[in-house]
Amino acid sequence: MEILVALIIAAFTTGGIFLLLKARTFPVVLGTILLAYAVNLFLFSMGRLHINQPAILLDGVTSYADPLPQALVLTAIVISFGMTAFLIVLSLRAKYELGNDNIDGIDTNMKTKSETNNKEDK
Amino acid sequence: MNHLVMLPILIPMLGSMIILLSKSLSFKTQRSLSLFFIVLLIFSSIFSLWSTLDKGDFIYQMGNWQAPFGITFVLDKLSITLVLLTSLLASGALWYAVKSDSDKMGENFHTLFHLQIFGLNGAFLTGDLFNLFVFFEILLLASYALLLHGHGKKRARFGIHYMVINLVGSTLFLFAVGTLYGILGTLNIADLALKISTLPAENTAVVATAGLLLLIVFGLKAAMFPLYFWLPGTYSSASAPVAALFAIMTKVGIYSIIRIHGTLFGESAGELSYYYTPWVLGLGLITIVLATIGVMSSRTLKEQVAYLVLASVSLLLIAIGINTAASISGAIYYLIHSTIIAGGFFLLADVLGLLRGSTKDRLERTAPYKMMVLSGSLFFAYAIAAASMPPFSGFLGKMMILSAALSSEWMVIVFSVVLVTSLGIIISLTRTGTLLFYHTKYEDEPIESTIKMSIFYPIMYLFAVSVLLIVFANPITGFTEQVSTMIFDSQGYMSKVLVGEP
Repeated sequence: MEILVALIIAAFTTGGIFLLLKARTFPVVLGTILLAYAVNLFLFSMGRLHINQPAILLDGVTSYADPLPQALVLTAIVISFGMTAFLIVLSLRAKYELGNDNIDGIDTNMKTKSETNNKEDK
Repeated sequence: MNHLVMLPILIPMLGSMIILLSKSLSFKTQRSLSLFFIVLLIFSSIFSLWSTLDKGDFIYQMGNWQAPFGITFVLDKLSITLVLLTSLLASGALWYAVKSDSDKMGENFHTLFHLQIFGLNGAFLTGDLFNLFVFFEILLLASYALLLHGHGKKRARFGIHYMVINLVGSTLFLFAVGTLYGILGTLNIADLALKISTLPAENTAVVATAGLLLLIVFGLKAAMFPLYFWLPGTYSSASAPVAALFAIMTKVGIYSIIRIHGTLFGESAGELSYYYTPWVLGLGLITIVLATIGVMSSRTLKEQVAYLVLASVSLLLIAIGINTAASISGAIYYLIHSTIIAGGFFLLADVLGLLRGSTKDRLERTAPYKMMVLSGSLFFAYAIAAASMPPFSGFLGKMMILSAALSSEWMVIVFSVVLVTSLGIIISLTRTGTLLFYHTKYEDEPIESTIKMSIFYPIMYLFAVSVLLIVFANPITGFTEQVSTMIFDSQGYMSKVLVGEP
């Protein structure tokens, strides 16, 4: 199970980093979401992976799952959720203000487009 | 238990909520409330500092749960100094925002401003690594919104850069926190330090990796090479009061390195004792060179001031890298000085931009403008302070750091790099001053503006703090020496926080 979880975290991180390096805002937003998934899984597994073990005290139970990482993950999920929502709004506003969805606000296709527009005008 | 010392966290939090609720009232009421809360914050920070000096450091256990089980806040001389510094800087910035009407450019400026202070104070006072993450997120979320305050294409563009890079930073922070928890089973800073001191040899590599991951995160906040590219654009595009408040944001990174790394990987950490300092020193030296090149090649005054912030941060990194009691003492003194001066300089750059009409703060020739004598004198004073020349406080701070470097094996490199970059900064600030005030197109019609004299008061107020730093240099350096001995005493920190443990 450890190897499977590790592979999933690795897959999420790889995908997240790949998408972060894209030039458009939408893949970048997706990239941060994937990275947040990866880190949440990672935090969760830091309490060691257990199956069928309670996190709260019960009579007659000797081994428990660590409840603290679960609480940490909950906080991390809430924060990353809020941040993602803000980032989406911000990229929509940047798209509206800058007129394109390039992460630098400079549309690489714009130049050729305006040139073709000029030709059409002529 | 004395609850009053928690006020520096509670006042901005409650303040922001009350200001938000008072939105239906007039804008003037919101402003007065905001100014009232900031004055209250200054007094409560002074009270906390006074009670720390009087009764010793204070450990506040939330809900009376003993560390490491509960949430801990640590009010010692270092954290409370930074809290007081934040409130002084924030009061100047807020005063300017009110005077220049830049708080009217968008919604909820005052709420966001106080939320940002809430996050900053929390980050300074917390004694728990995960709470540090939470407070980082609070101050970041407020800073994203403040950065975008007042609209503009440039802000939207740099806002995305700033936000994405900080989201990546937060992810790395969580990876580091998770690794440390997985190995050591705790997140309380004092308890972490205790566990690291008895770390089995097979785990040292993993903990060292987590420590360096944390260094990347704090380095990102402090704008350490190669993670500083977001800073000049972000700071120069933000509105002036926001940029002034952001001057403390880089110092949060510096504080975290001193506090977290200095405690976790201090004397007691055995093999890992101060293993991070060569990294910090080397990267600090590279950053200061690049910052100076940035200062010399800036095309607007705000950009130049942003690079000056970077130069001051990299000097602090060098001081942390030298890692002696004297260098840390100098670093704390220089940290107070550079934060206040950078904040005031951003405000001054904004006023000059307003006075110069359509040229704004671009470094180009203009026709003469109003109030040149006053703004010129202030620029002169700020430039001297920012270039760390006598008679102002920066000189003393830089001298303390350099004299600490004498005993370092890196002495030659540190001296040559710091002195050459200082010369570069002096030259470019001289050039800027000449261009702004002497080299005007005096044959043209003077530029008219409706700027009132009162807009300069916050700038003078911030500068007065710097003057006080040099007037009371003797008691203040005595205090910073105490703070620096305390930082090196990680054993003392552990026994303070973990009552009943060795």
